[in-house]
Amino acid sequence: MKGLSEVLSPETRRRKTSLDVVRIRDDFPILKQQVNGRPLVYLDNAATSQKPRQVIEAISRFYSEDYSNIHRGVHTLSQRSTQSYEAVRVKVQKFIHAAEDREIIFVRGTTEGNNLVAFGYLRPRLQAGDEILISGMEHHSNIVPWQMLCEEKKARLRVIPINDEGEVIFEEYERLLNSKTRLVAVTHVSNALGTINPIRRMVAVAHRHQIPVLVDGAQAIPHLSVDVQALDCDFYTFSGHKLYGPTGIGVLYGKAGLLETMSPFQGGGDMIASVTFEKTTYNKIPHKFEAGTPDIAGVIGLGAAIDYVQAIGLAAISAYEDELLAYATREVSKIVGVRILGRAKEKASVLSFTLEGVHPHDIGTILDQQGIAIRAGHHCAQPVMDRFKVPATARASFAFYNTKEEVDALVNGIRAVMEVFS
Amino acid sequence: MSDLRDLYQDLILDHTKRPRNFGQMENANCRADGHNPLCGDKLTVFLDVDNGVVRDVRFQGSGCAISTASASMMTESIKGKTRAEVEALFEKFHQMLTGPQSVELETSDELGKLVVFSGVKEFPIRVKCATLAWHTLNAALKHQTEPASTE
Repeated sequence: MKGLSEVLSPETRRRKTSLDVVRIRDDFPILKQQVNGRPLVYLDNAATSQKPRQVIEAISRFYSEDYSNIHRGVHTLSQRSTQSYEAVRVKVQKFIHAAEDREIIFVRGTTEGNNLVAFGYLRPRLQAGDEILISGMEHHSNIVPWQMLCEEKKARLRVIPINDEGEVIFEEYERLLNSKTRLVAVTHVSNALGTINPIRRMVAVAHRHQIPVLVDGAQAIPHLSVDVQALDCDFYTFSGHKLYGPTGIGVLYGKAGLLETMSPFQGGGDMIASVTFEKTTYNKIPHKFEAGTPDIAGVIGLGAAIDYVQAIGLAAISAYEDELLAYATREVSKIVGVRILGRAKEKASVLSFTLEGVHPHDIGTILDQQGIAIRAGHHCAQPVMDRFKVPATARASFAFYNTKEEVDALVNGIRAVMEVFS
Repeated sequence: MSDLRDLYQDLILDHTKRPRNFGQMENANCRADGHNPLCGDKLTVFLDVDNGVVRDVRFQGSGCAISTASASMMTESIKGKTRAEVEALFEKFHQMLTGPQSVELETSDELGKLVVFSGVKEFPIRVKCATLAWHTLNAALKHQTEPASTE
């Protein structure tokens, strides 16, 4: 793993606003290729991010040297694997500034984390007439689990409206909180609009009503320094694959006091203290929620990804990506016929747009022919599309390995789209 | 970029910008809604079928260039045809987009102008865009109540 001084250019160490991107890009083997005869410009980072060789090699090394099952073998490999696995739990704890490592539960991803809270925490507590409050900019993964519960329990899903800029209307949020609200589930950063929600303020207001808050951190975790204790949220979920780590691994953070009161989500090995045919005693947290053999190598990869991101530093990453987003917003806005969706004051790394007279799918195909990878569609956030009365948008989303030259390629690519349809 | 002109041919772009037979039909005796959940494209196909023959057809909705042009050109190519002829045409069209290369050559005569969509084959993710209108048409002819889907 490179030290901070190796990754940051001398100028960056002084100003902390730009990175040695040439050097960083060298860490990402996939970025070196050509697509359709042009250098790949990967701008679909909100869907998933690419992996540095440090992550790829950590997984390969783990399988080559240390791999075994965890928590049960007395042999050397099992102990090594267990130690490496549990060391990542501590790494995650420190990364998101949780109070204790037992508050970190490994899951498949954000979606599973949200579902674990829905079914392990809320389901036994939810009664007919109760309410769950989400925002109008949620990803389907933070809508559907709650809808399923509401249907089962005859509870009501309520939605905080968003304004034309794509921001939560705070007064409406305050108005919607009431004695029937059992949970607030809200995204930290919107995947479709890029909006950064005022989580700390939202949590404070919910807590005045004794309502717990789940924060969907899938989009926030690669871009912002997250401090779950400062946010004071009760649950925080995120995925490894958006944080330059592998797919199939994610994290649910929960306050220990809440996790302890929760029922297990799945039964099986590793989540038990003792089993007889008459009665099973459950293991303590976090193991109570990690039934079966987990994605051990995925956890190792996630640990390497966190090391990588921390070596660069989230402050430097945020500053650089903000600069890139501002530049992209300015340049793309100059193109006649472009409408940018999501103009929140606080925004991260997402540029969602439409082009007059051109469907986003056609934009996506024509950009792809120029080697530029963007997302075109509803971004698993159909209610956001409905809110802005568009069937879909084109979305460019940035990571710290992207460059201004790539933004220029995007702008030229969009102009080429206009030419086809002129 | 060379494949792009195969996909976005002038004839396709012409139908995208000026879709033919676009809008509602008051006296339709068959209609169906179609939806491509991947991109959110939605369209409705209206038919006036008399004695097993398509007398008139119109469509309405919003979609990408490929799906709009495909719907527009479909309406032109099926007017006056019998149900069986329409079904056979859809079969050929589908084969052109998804079958092996040789199929394309064999079917080009029967497909007429619709061969302009043969370039879509090189863009597998876009095949559904080109077939949405046809799936919807199929549903309308069969008086299905469930909306047609590309999935």
